[in-house]
Amino acid sequence: MKARHLLALLPPTALLASGWVANRVEPMVLGLPFLLVWIAGWVVATSLVMWFVYHLDHRPPSA
Amino acid sequence: MNAALVIIAGVFLFALGLGVRARGGKQMNLSEWAVAGRSFGAWLMFLLMAGEIYTTFTFLGASGWAYGRGAPAFYILAYGAVAFVASYWLAPPIWQYARDHGLVSQPDFFRHKYGSRALGILVALVGVVAMVPYLVLQFKGLGIIVSEASYGTISPAVAIWLGAIGVVLYVVVSGIHGSAWTAVVKDILILGVAVFLGLYLPFKLHGGIGPMFEAIEAQRPGFLTLPARGQSASWFMSTVALTAIGFYMWPHSFGSIFSAKGADAFRKNAIVLPLYQLVMLFVMFVGFAALLSVPGLTGTDADLALLRVSLLSFDPWVVGVIGAAGVLTALVPGSMILMSASTILAKNVLYPERSTDDPQVARAAKLAVPVVAALSLWFTFRGGDSIVALLLMGYAFVTQLAPSLLCSLLPRNPLSRTGAIAGIIAGEITVAWTSLTKASVASLLPSAPGWFQDLNIGFAALLVNIAVAAIVSRFSRPRQVSA
Repeated sequence: MKARHLLALLPPTALLASGWVANRVEPMVLGLPFLLVWIAGWVVATSLVMWFVYHLDHRPPSA
Repeated sequence: MNAALVIIAGVFLFALGLGVRARGGKQMNLSEWAVAGRSFGAWLMFLLMAGEIYTTFTFLGASGWAYGRGAPAFYILAYGAVAFVASYWLAPPIWQYARDHGLVSQPDFFRHKYGSRALGILVALVGVVAMVPYLVLQFKGLGIIVSEASYGTISPAVAIWLGAIGVVLYVVVSGIHGSAWTAVVKDILILGVAVFLGLYLPFKLHGGIGPMFEAIEAQRPGFLTLPARGQSASWFMSTVALTAIGFYMWPHSFGSIFSAKGADAFRKNAIVLPLYQLVMLFVMFVGFAALLSVPGLTGTDADLALLRVSLLSFDPWVVGVIGAAGVLTALVPGSMILMSASTILAKNVLYPERSTDDPQVARAAKLAVPVVAALSLWFTFRGGDSIVALLLMGYAFVTQLAPSLLCSLLPRNPLSRTGAIAGIIAGEITVAWTSLTKASVASLLPSAPGWFQDLNIGFAALLVNIAVAAIVSRFSRPRQVSA
């Protein structure tokens, strides 16, 4: 288990915790209720985080 | 026959035609069919996985739940992302083990890992049982689409029969050959239709997405957040966890892991597929737009929301295109599920000792197709569950396979063969019993704290499963399993 793999735990944790940490309508962002923005935002973040993890995993081994 | 029905019938015949054409090509035997010769690169894997995301469930179920329940429907957006993160680490070792041992199906995997034929048969039965509600919801979806697009001239019951006959015909005529190309057509059509409807309807009916949500909040305060009890924060957490765990436990998803050319395909997919989930957002917008424009659909009728608001807003030919997209989202996964269930029934339950390529097995698989379809039809007419409720039931069944699967991936499996079997059986009995009696954690444990009562019942069954598996493994002789 490396540090970057802990990073990958972040989006699932944020998504699972949605109901406790983001269960609000306000502030609306782009016209969407906050809970929906929170979930959609973390879904996009999942992609970015996994991209980051993938590239770190596929780095050529340094000397 | 109106323009909408003509278009829907035309697209169905086109899909059938693709199947017949594809069949003229290379004939594949059952094992080549099952894993496609382990030849799929990242792109084809992407299509295969993405294709499984868009079913009738997405189209009618997600919009129906947004309409009927509000914020709890947001779970549909969340669980895929969690599943894809897990797949980054879980799919490669499963793929590797299956390739090294020449395995082609999910029951094979369990049987081989635990060295138990009984476990293989149990896993096969669980898979088939879980796929029935999944198939029922595809039939229901087809029935809804055809009946709504007929503007009431075809009754839902007749439409469900037509839909079921359509799926069986499609499976018999095309087998898997047709599915690949139809899946591509389906994905493009559904992507276009979902994004178009999700943007057009809120703007046309309510002056934009922001004004639409503000109007909903004004009319139904609390609808856009999770309630304090019932489908609360802990329900949301347990449901997202349950469906994320179950995502790759479906026999057809598990099987699609085997089709990859290399392990890297899954890691790349974990990057791209979460973005693909965002399409659910647009489907939910449609449900919310319908809430203000076609109110009054209650209970399972909420599944009609997308089509009702489309009937209100468009000419019959547009309704036809929307309906056609819907029919494909039911047809492709429906045929995949029907084929998987029939093949598993033949290969892993009836003839576990025969080779996959034995003609007797293939014959039994073909005979099982109408039998499984008839069974699902019976449940379709019997049950009064919404599309999402049916899917959650299927997930509750299939997720019970997760503990013994995950343990088998550990360097030293803590579960014994008997423990794995006992855990799965205990979990499934809990799910079946609670589905039949409509019990919830709240009704079983009336004095438990509120957050605990709101846990998804499938999640509770999973806890029973793990407890039983651990206890039985503790007392049965630990078995050294091959790594």
